[in-house]
Amino acid sequence: MTTTISTAPVRTHVWREALILAGRTLRHWRARPVGFAIQVFFPVLVILLMGGLLGGAIAGSAAQYILFVIPGVLAFTMLSGIETTMIAVTTDATRTVTDRFRSLPISPGAVLLGRVLADMLTSAVELVVITLAGLALGWRWENGVLPALAAYGLLLWLRFGLLWVGVWAGLRVGSPEAVGAVQLLSWPIGFLSTVFVQPSTMPPWLGAIAEHNPLSATASAVRELFTGVHLQGLTWAADHALLFALVGPLVLAAVFCPLAIRAFQGLSR
Amino acid sequence: MTSESAPIFARGVRKHFPGSERPALDGVDLTVRAGRVCALLGGNGAGKTTMIRILTTLTRADEGVVRVAGWDVRAEGTRVRASIGLVGQYAALDEVLSARENLELFGRLAGLDRRRARERAGELLGTAGLQEVGRRPVGSFSGGMRRRLDLATSLITIPAVLFIDEPTTGLDPQARRELWSSVRALTAAGTTVLLTTQYLDEADALADDVVILREGRVIAEGTPGDLKKLVGEPRMELREPTLEDVYMHLHEGVAAS
Repeated sequence: MTTTISTAPVRTHVWREALILAGRTLRHWRARPVGFAIQVFFPVLVILLMGGLLGGAIAGSAAQYILFVIPGVLAFTMLSGIETTMIAVTTDATRTVTDRFRSLPISPGAVLLGRVLADMLTSAVELVVITLAGLALGWRWENGVLPALAAYGLLLWLRFGLLWVGVWAGLRVGSPEAVGAVQLLSWPIGFLSTVFVQPSTMPPWLGAIAEHNPLSATASAVRELFTGVHLQGLTWAADHALLFALVGPLVLAAVFCPLAIRAFQGLSR
Repeated sequence: MTSESAPIFARGVRKHFPGSERPALDGVDLTVRAGRVCALLGGNGAGKTTMIRILTTLTRADEGVVRVAGWDVRAEGTRVRASIGLVGQYAALDEVLSARENLELFGRLAGLDRRRARERAGELLGTAGLQEVGRRPVGSFSGGMRRRLDLATSLITIPAVLFIDEPTTGLDPQARRELWSSVRALTAAGTTVLLTTQYLDEADALADDVVILREGRVIAEGTPGDLKKLVGEPRMELREPTLEDVYMHLHEGVAAS
């Protein structure tokens, strides 16, 4: 028997392939519903814990603090999504699943695009769950639907910028265990921001640092969009939170997207 | 057929990884003719896996000409990937998904539509003897079951050339022989196979041709018969059964009863 080799060009379909790969994440949700539920409800637990334990001390009452902290937790959830991205990327790389994808006649870009689509979808679901929990706890957006949609857009924009940090770090760390270190880092980054407390309650030098945290820019910008009230800060960065919330993720993506692509291509070296 | 149009053709392949003292591959030539099984033998660090990775487009060679299924691996990577199957050293499967879902996923990525991918997954589960456990997550599978599924996944579309990197490491004797049968069935259907192994009995049982690598260089090649002649004339010797013989004897006895 002879093997016939086709001379027809092999066409790859990057979007089709990326959607198939993103669909794999949906199947993971179905296969591990408890793990998925823990992931999406964890931010709600944070809101309840922070509100119940610290709300009275910080804002006078748990109910008052929950109204403040919900936009912050929405932003913080976008940061902690790095962990989801890193675990997925590192697990596939160490179990050689990435190599199997790379040995298939698909567009190399589809593997990364599939990851982007899957993680953005996961984050969108997390935002919906936190929002529903917030509504149940009495939180409302008071500035109309369009500014609220713009706020969710900003949150996903932050996730998009951070996602490339996760892809790059996931390809570089080499083991799922190392992801734990990044997970630990996300908490100090979250606390050193305007996510959980007003920087005016911090020493001025620490408040200034917190206001320059990209997470603070998004948290403050979405608070402004949800309430329609411009928040005065200690620094120029805080006074222009919306601008920073647009530029910060753009800078992250501009730096880490090429680094992540280079790390992915580096798997061939 | 000229050697350059052989399903696997490599000339002067060199690869030196940064930071290592010596090249992983140092001018390797390799030709595998259509429908043959070639075993790449060598100890740890001989360069077997690097050679497989270069042939399957996963790693770039520093120098040399490499053609697989008639296509240049560097310039026509997608065409090469459309013509090959790869079974790596470790079962490259999604452990959360079921066996069926893994096969359907890779079938869809290989270009099959949803219905055809589902049909092909069913066929391959049957061939691999995994029909009963097709809906179980792969994370719950034994090493032998994973290996069979891994091989099945690489056969979603019948490849012109199949690469198998250390296929039976960690498998029990029965699972090894089952995998050998699968490879033989593939070559009977016209697929060319390059496998790497550290087990000489495996090469003896499967290979039409053998290439021996040492420190990134080919030190011997030929048919198993040719290579055996290098050692001397055939001689008859008595040997006790090995434990593998005992295991297979007992296993086959139980299966028959």
